[in-house]
Amino acid sequence: MYLTLVLRNAITPKRQGPTDIFPSNVVIFEAASNFDMTQTPVPSNPLAIQLDHISRHYTLGTTAIRAVDDVSLTIRTGDFLALLGSSGSGKSTLLNLMAGLDRPTSGAIHADGKNLAELSSLELARYRRSTIGMVFQSFNLLPRMTLAENVELPLRLAEVDHAERDARVAEALQRVKLDKRTGHRPSELSGGEQQRTAIARALVNRPKILFADEPTGNLDSATGESIMNLLIEIKETLGMTIIMVTHERPLAEKYATRLAIMGDGKLLSEGAAR
Amino acid sequence: MKLRDMTELAVRNLRESILRNSLTTLGVAVGVASLVAMLSLGVGLQQLASSRLTKSGLFDSVFVTPKLNMRGGPPSMASQQGETRLLDEDARVEISKLPNVIEVFPQVRFFSEVRFGGKPFATMVAGMPQSSKVSGAFDGMKGNFFSAESGDEAILQVEFAKELSPDTASLVGKTLSIRYAERQQLEDNSGGFSIVPKEKELHIIGVVETEPAAGFGGYGNGRLLIPLGTALSLRATQVNDLRDAVRGGPSKPTYASLTVRAKSPNNVDAIETAVKKMGFGAFSLLDASKSLRIFFSVFDLLLGIFGSLALAVATLGIVNTLVMAILERRREIGVLKALGAADSDVKRLFFVEAGVMGLMGGFGGVLFGWLIGRALTLATNIYLKRQELPTVEIASVPWWLVLGAISFAVLVSLVAGLYPASRAAKLNPVEALRYE
Repeated sequence: MYLTLVLRNAITPKRQGPTDIFPSNVVIFEAASNFDMTQTPVPSNPLAIQLDHISRHYTLGTTAIRAVDDVSLTIRTGDFLALLGSSGSGKSTLLNLMAGLDRPTSGAIHADGKNLAELSSLELARYRRSTIGMVFQSFNLLPRMTLAENVELPLRLAEVDHAERDARVAEALQRVKLDKRTGHRPSELSGGEQQRTAIARALVNRPKILFADEPTGNLDSATGESIMNLLIEIKETLGMTIIMVTHERPLAEKYATRLAIMGDGKLLSEGAAR
Repeated sequence: MKLRDMTELAVRNLRESILRNSLTTLGVAVGVASLVAMLSLGVGLQQLASSRLTKSGLFDSVFVTPKLNMRGGPPSMASQQGETRLLDEDARVEISKLPNVIEVFPQVRFFSEVRFGGKPFATMVAGMPQSSKVSGAFDGMKGNFFSAESGDEAILQVEFAKELSPDTASLVGKTLSIRYAERQQLEDNSGGFSIVPKEKELHIIGVVETEPAAGFGGYGNGRLLIPLGTALSLRATQVNDLRDAVRGGPSKPTYASLTVRAKSPNNVDAIETAVKKMGFGAFSLLDASKSLRIFFSVFDLLLGIFGSLALAVATLGIVNTLVMAILERRREIGVLKALGAADSDVKRLFFVEAGVMGLMGGFGGVLFGWLIGRALTLATNIYLKRQELPTVEIASVPWWLVLGAISFAVLVSLVAGLYPASRAAKLNPVEALRYE
């Protein structure tokens, strides 16, 4: 069983202390934790992620770069949000912040009942391990490992029992229709198959949110479409929240439920896709 | 991550760059081998020296004499330090009952004229107990050791044998006779005795190179050795007999000195103290033994330092290999972190890789070191055999050296892995994922 935070009222954006996340407008109740990959779970928390005046500034020599500049955004559970923008608009930086791979210079990121900005590196690792899954443009599979071993990697990190691992790996690979190629190495697969493996690896720990950074960027359009269809299927089956960075607007409009457009580190617009 | 998974991943990573990692591990192995070979040589030489000295009976023995003032001072001086007692059979039995005492036997040495080939030769005869067979002093002797505690047998010290015949080996199997002064107790029970010349034939059964009955405590070198039982039965006049006659009193004979053999050199100190408390003079070479141990400890330390130099160089190889691995696996580290690996997981992964290299290198090094020791022993023994000398074990790899060397290799490797592991753990996942 896990504790889930539910908003009682509209969220008031303001800085939170280390422990008083959603201090006045949440109630806590218990929800079913057994995440069955074959059924759509009822979302227990309508909010997946809330960004509260997030900024990420770098200093390059004497130049200050505002990669993300005062972005506030609310992503609901079950959303398929596409982050659009040109190169250098800050969309990938924002995704890294939401994925707990980077820390904001200022602002708060509320996810899974925590303010990511205030978590220790160990807590952030735990968040990445148990709450989210990540898919990258260049797949990022470990070349010396087989498909099954690549997919098993998050389970090793989460210290899941050996006995349970095989079943979960098989289940994840079956979902992406690669259960016949478990012993193959990434170099023996096509780009689309590698990306499907990466999706299986992202799903195997049963995350609540799936982050995809240009998942079709290295694929031809037909394969890209098939990957997007797979993501949609996963979202609908598992009730997962998907946040995808892309610069392909037509693809985003076709598959995403919401679009957020970034430019020069700022959130230019945000709304429903269709 | 669980240690089992961590180790599995580490071994897989090491296998990936098998040539580079094998060369690094070989470097560790060479370092450990150098350390093990040096220390095994030190340990072997120490064991060789200790065993020779221990077997000689000098370091596990206490020499007991009556506490008498022989230097002409007032008698009270001798008794000031404790009660003066006679060193007789009762005393021998009492001392033999002390804890950790293996045996107590009298030193029987007497002057004799040896007749061989019709010529007289003057020498000192010494009685040897059967236990001296394993002392090491008789190793490599020509002929055989005494067949029993008593018997008409003699072993000649080689220098004395050369006086009898230049071809010492030819003496074995021949017969000689000794003339000695037998002490015969007077019947009036006054403590006095008469001295009667006697003669006894003995079969020469061996010739020994060493000096098993070296001069000790004022008693000259025994150059003609006979079984202790035989020596006692001859009742030959010894240095203490005149003292007994002057002392008068009981006719019971006393011993000039006793040798007490302890179970180990560690027991010598306690036995020496106990014997002194009983009112006898006691002396041991324990202090000399302690000095020997100090010498070998310093010797081992120096050998260890020289041996460790190669291992120190090998640790630089580990640092280099792991730093290279970080550069090559930067993106992989980023992926691991993105999938939820904590900094500590990445750090431990590199630590385990360093530890595995250390462990493998340690095992290999111990094996190499042992082989080097065997080769040194073999070469030494070939040389000794050519010189017609008994063979020796100059290198020894005891279990503590095996465990110590492997543990040391792992420890040194972990220390070498500290910097690379910490560097890998600190990698920014976003930058690592961007790395091409």
